Amino acid sequence: MKPPPFDYSRPTSLDEALGLLAELGADGKVLAGGQSLVPLLSMRLAAPHHLVDINRLDELAYVRSSPDGVRVGAVARHADVESDVAAARVQPLLGRALRLVAHPTIRNRGTTVGSLVHADPAAEMPAVLVLLGGSVRVVSAGGSREVAAADFFIGPLESALEPGEVAVEAFFPALPDGASVSVVEVSRRHGDYAVCGVCAVRDGERARVAFLSMAPTPFVLDVSDALREGGLDGVRDLVVTSVDPEPDIHASADYRRHLAGVLTVRALREAAA
Amino acid sequence: MTRLTVNGVPHTVDVAPRRLLSDCLRHDLGLTGTHVGCEHGVCGACTVLLDGRPVRSCLLLAVSVDGQEITTVEGLADSDELSPVQQAFEDCHGLQCGFCTPGFLTTITAGLRENPDPSEDEAREMIAGNLCRCTGYQNIVAAVLRAAELSS
Repeated sequence: MKPPPFDYSRPTSLDEALGLLAELGADGKVLAGGQSLVPLLSMRLAAPHHLVDINRLDELAYVRSSPDGVRVGAVARHADVESDVAAARVQPLLGRALRLVAHPTIRNRGTTVGSLVHADPAAEMPAVLVLLGGSVRVVSAGGSREVAAADFFIGPLESALEPGEVAVEAFFPALPDGASVSVVEVSRRHGDYAVCGVCAVRDGERARVAFLSMAPTPFVLDVSDALREGGLDGVRDLVVTSVDPEPDIHASADYRRHLAGVLTVRALREAAA
Repeated sequence: MTRLTVNGVPHTVDVAPRRLLSDCLRHDLGLTGTHVGCEHGVCGACTVLLDGRPVRSCLLLAVSVDGQEITTVEGLADSDELSPVQQAFEDCHGLQCGFCTPGFLTTITAGLRENPDPSEDEAREMIAGNLCRCTGYQNIVAAVLRAAELSS
């Protein structure tokens, strides 16, 4: 349970970090909060040649809210985003979902952008970003690009990030006036990864939901028609026929499918309340 | 070289980048109060305070926290007197084997700074990231409430 040996750099500016990563190419790996990466190293599931520690890039330790949304820098800790009053006003789903990310102790160190880059299909932040139609700003020594959430998550633990690139900022769009949000999940123990989770945005009769732990990447479903035509029962019927979860040691596929239906109804009720 | 201030005492250590902070504290600095349980961030036994905030020392590289302040369980008490949280654990029988206790003590010390007067539910939430296999948590929850009383 010890990480394998690796080389290590701790740049103090983004330019320095990008220069290093450009040089290292596929050998370089960014270390942010490390709350997923360090266990992967300890369990020897990852063995990067060279870690580039971005924790000292204070220029990226920000949470900025404006009427159009919340911008979270790469070194902003989950705990800082969660407790940001302005961010909670602009997009309440962000803070509510963050409270379900592991435990407060993990959130003190883990970063929101890092969680997106880690791209775990059981994690809350990727589902929130995709549901809201957000984006990730990705920078390399050669330039920068804005990647839409729908294009950012490629597969389990695989994001659209290329060697040499750093995800410097995530953008979570604001909640439109009159809309409401909710997030519900079932996990085996408090703070564990969810067996199934549902994030919802509801605006009158229009509603969209995003599932975590149900597909290789966050799965979004527009349930507006089903809601209008069949009410919550109609939504549940649509959900259980639309999701196609995999079984694992925690839950069978049938149980996960059942949970998706029940939790979607619960999430939509909560969002309407 | 990596500089760490642990419990107010500055240290300089020469460690490989792969050295976990938990191992650095225990092996390089001889501070064995910080316990290592699961070593992948689940059990909470290795929790220390980094610039005052609880973090898992098994999920940090020592080199990554160069120049920062760390408080371990050894730093909670002033001289020979137990801290309020430690005293509350003794009063309420909040430990049996004691393996998980350092992580609980550091977590609760920081938790009470943020919320000095927790309800029972908030006390449970405060310790939800720490595992104990002996006490069944009842006495630990009681100790959180007792520590709040002692600190007020």
